[in-house]
Amino acid sequence: MKRSRLSPWNILWLVLAAVYFLVPLYGSLEFSLETGPGQYGFDAYRTILHDPQFRNSFLLSLRLAIFTVIISTVLMVPTVYWVNLKLPRLRRVMETIALLPFVVPPVVLAVGILRLFASFTWLLSGPQVLVVSYVILALPYTYRSLDAGMRAMDLRTLTEAAQNMGANWVTVLWRIILPNLRFAMLSAAFLTVTLVMGEYTMSSLMLFNTFAVYMNYIGGSQANPAAALAMISLALTWVAMLAILFIGRGSNRRGAHVVGTN
Amino acid sequence: MTSGAQEAGSALPQAPSLPTRQRKFSFAWLGVLPFFAYVATFLLVPSIWLVVGAFQTDSGAFTTVQVHTLFQQQYLDAYKTSIEISLASALIGGVCGLFVAYSAVKEGAPGWIRPLLTTFSGVAANFAGIPLAFAWVATLGTTGVITAFLANHGIDLYQHGFTLYSFTGLTVVYTYFQMPLMILVISPALDGVRTEWREAATNLGAGQLQFWRYVGIPILWPSLLGAFVLLFGSAFAAYATAAALVGTELNLVPLLIGNVVNGNNTSDPQFGDALALGMIVIIGFTVVLNILLQRRSDRWLR
Repeated sequence: MKRSRLSPWNILWLVLAAVYFLVPLYGSLEFSLETGPGQYGFDAYRTILHDPQFRNSFLLSLRLAIFTVIISTVLMVPTVYWVNLKLPRLRRVMETIALLPFVVPPVVLAVGILRLFASFTWLLSGPQVLVVSYVILALPYTYRSLDAGMRAMDLRTLTEAAQNMGANWVTVLWRIILPNLRFAMLSAAFLTVTLVMGEYTMSSLMLFNTFAVYMNYIGGSQANPAAALAMISLALTWVAMLAILFIGRGSNRRGAHVVGTN
Repeated sequence: MTSGAQEAGSALPQAPSLPTRQRKFSFAWLGVLPFFAYVATFLLVPSIWLVVGAFQTDSGAFTTVQVHTLFQQQYLDAYKTSIEISLASALIGGVCGLFVAYSAVKEGAPGWIRPLLTTFSGVAANFAGIPLAFAWVATLGTTGVITAFLANHGIDLYQHGFTLYSFTGLTVVYTYFQMPLMILVISPALDGVRTEWREAATNLGAGQLQFWRYVGIPILWPSLLGAFVLLFGSAFAAYATAAALVGTELNLVPLLIGNVVNGNNTSDPQFGDALALGMIVIIGFTVVLNILLQRRSDRWLR
């Protein structure tokens, strides 16, 4: 059998893609390091790192990310476990629901939540409203990760074996399912963190100074520090994606990891 | 199909003890109640609330005024621009992504290309929103790297009518997350086009084009449609990149909704509901269209 090789067309496509991917990254790098015509330095990064607003907004986004991961996990792990174990017929319904956040754009969801809860000041007055909304935005990724993780193990046998030895539901979840699910949970968590750290639409419409809102504010006035922020943000995305890649190696799972915060 | 077989298989051993199983079944529903309550509270009811609000006056009486206003020229234009930019970026990103993915998946491609491309696509597809806008300002903005490079070689982009802050510019920027999205979504489907089919077609005398026309594309059709709808939706819903890049220079529906919410617009909040309703209707329409076309191609494949 003749072994087919890449045609010049294939190579051209791959090279074009590489150029298209890399040039804007090079552009931001150059912009972020430029201090004057033909001069380079780390001034832009220093400006950003010394800005107290950078720290505040970054920490706010980080806190939001952590709370979103916690609530998503507490809500989704038992649900996906239960559906896979007891209600497999519900899987199709779950899949459809998990796709709904794609049908309702974030800008629409923001308006809906602001209008519906207009008189619930305890919810709208603080960033907690963002956390409950981000759990919805993260739903497609969390569900898919956890569902794949659950399906990779024999839930019924594990559960029944544990119950025969006298374990109750909490023990089964905590000591049997969670340890087996740690890779799926970690990759779901990293995707959620990536999503929350870059989320602009909902936080700007709900008037919170998250990292992305701060970035946009800087972009309005200072071009070079803005490019530095883009590089910092890119570095964060790389860390998250590489982490997922290594986790994926551990669990032997493959899949597309995309969260959109456009 | 496989899940159906699994369900049938798992149901069989329990079949004799039907009465107890049914009682258990009703208890089992309680386990998913928190999840459904959460989704209802923070996703379904807010969406339904908007649909109702679109048909209400300030005092809550029924009205079609807001929905009627949607059909004024400026708002129709906004929907048109939004749809056009989503179609353009989904088409360009989709077609390019398909070719790139095919080049990397194809047998004969070096083994390191696939994981590298997947990782890069993961990063690029997630590198969206505000930082993406900045990266492109640094690249194709008035003082961007490419703009400066071309200007040094005698080509002034901005004098030739190009600007990043326009329909064309935004399409170029959106393609940056559309193409990697396509690569991630379509690669598994391309794996499904087996080498054996290709060889069989070649042995029967089919050329490259004939293979794709009669075998490759029909097999990939459902995945291609699904991917296109996903790409369309992601561009249609995009807010951050557009807000950071074009601001008010381009008339896009998400930006209009943002203006209503921020109070930059004289119209009442109910009109924001109507604009949002229009978005849900359009995305819902593409999803339904996708389901119908998929069903048709399913029948065709049988």
